[in-house]
Amino acid sequence: MNRNYELMFIVRPDMVDEDLNKLISTLESSVTSAGGTTKTEVWGKRRLAYRVGRFNDGIFVLMMIDGIGAVVHELERRLRVTEPVIKFLTVRTDEELKRLDKIKKIRDSKKKASAAPAANAPSVTATQEAGTETPASAPV
Amino acid sequence: MAEETKAPTAHAGSSGGESRPERSGGDRPERSGPRGPRPAGGPGGPREGGRKYFRRKKVCKFCVEKIEAVNYKDVRLLAQFVAESGKITPRRLTGVCMPHQRRLSRAIKQARNIALLPFAGRAQ
Repeated sequence: MNRNYELMFIVRPDMVDEDLNKLISTLESSVTSAGGTTKTEVWGKRRLAYRVGRFNDGIFVLMMIDGIGAVVHELERRLRVTEPVIKFLTVRTDEELKRLDKIKKIRDSKKKASAAPAANAPSVTATQEAGTETPASAPV
Repeated sequence: MAEETKAPTAHAGSSGGESRPERSGGDRPERSGPRGPRPAGGPGGPREGGRKYFRRKKVCKFCVEKIEAVNYKDVRLLAQFVAESGKITPRRLTGVCMPHQRRLSRAIKQARNIALLPFAGRAQ
């Protein structure tokens, strides 16, 4: 059963782009060979909120993975072994995405439902305004 | 002897019977005095506090702005709910509703683990 994961990892700031790209491509290939799909975003260099080892900043990389749990297990093992990676975090997102989809659907259906009465509403307020105007104007 | 013994008991019983209602009558108002106002909005009551000074009703930011995805990557959003010391701000101060506070605290903890937010103190 395929699941969605987000794997964020930080590599040391002095890592060269070539090495980083090589690392990312090896990780991606390990996912695709296991039958998953990935999308990678490189956030670039960012300041860390606290010191990690002797680093004050790092290069953040975010991978969106669609695959089985074993894929993530393998990736985490690789990241642990890879020396320039200073931190990583995996978050499972499929349930959250499902929940967000559900909420979106409910909101869309509500919008459609509210759109129909909204068309009638102006005419009602117009008649009410007309009704209030006439008694006010009559005594004057 | 029998009469004497009976008499005190009877007196005691009668006096006790008389005095009890008096005492209880004397005691109960005293007790109920401080107790009485409580249900009617006593010193600790929020209603009376509301009358004395105006307090704006706090609303959940996530409900109002319809932010459903509370994500660890959104540092700017999360930082609004973290005190300067790095602590997660309690719900009673921010007004966030319980379902959102749960998601929020989880997201903050995840963000801390990946060094997006500090565990303690301000971000460097």
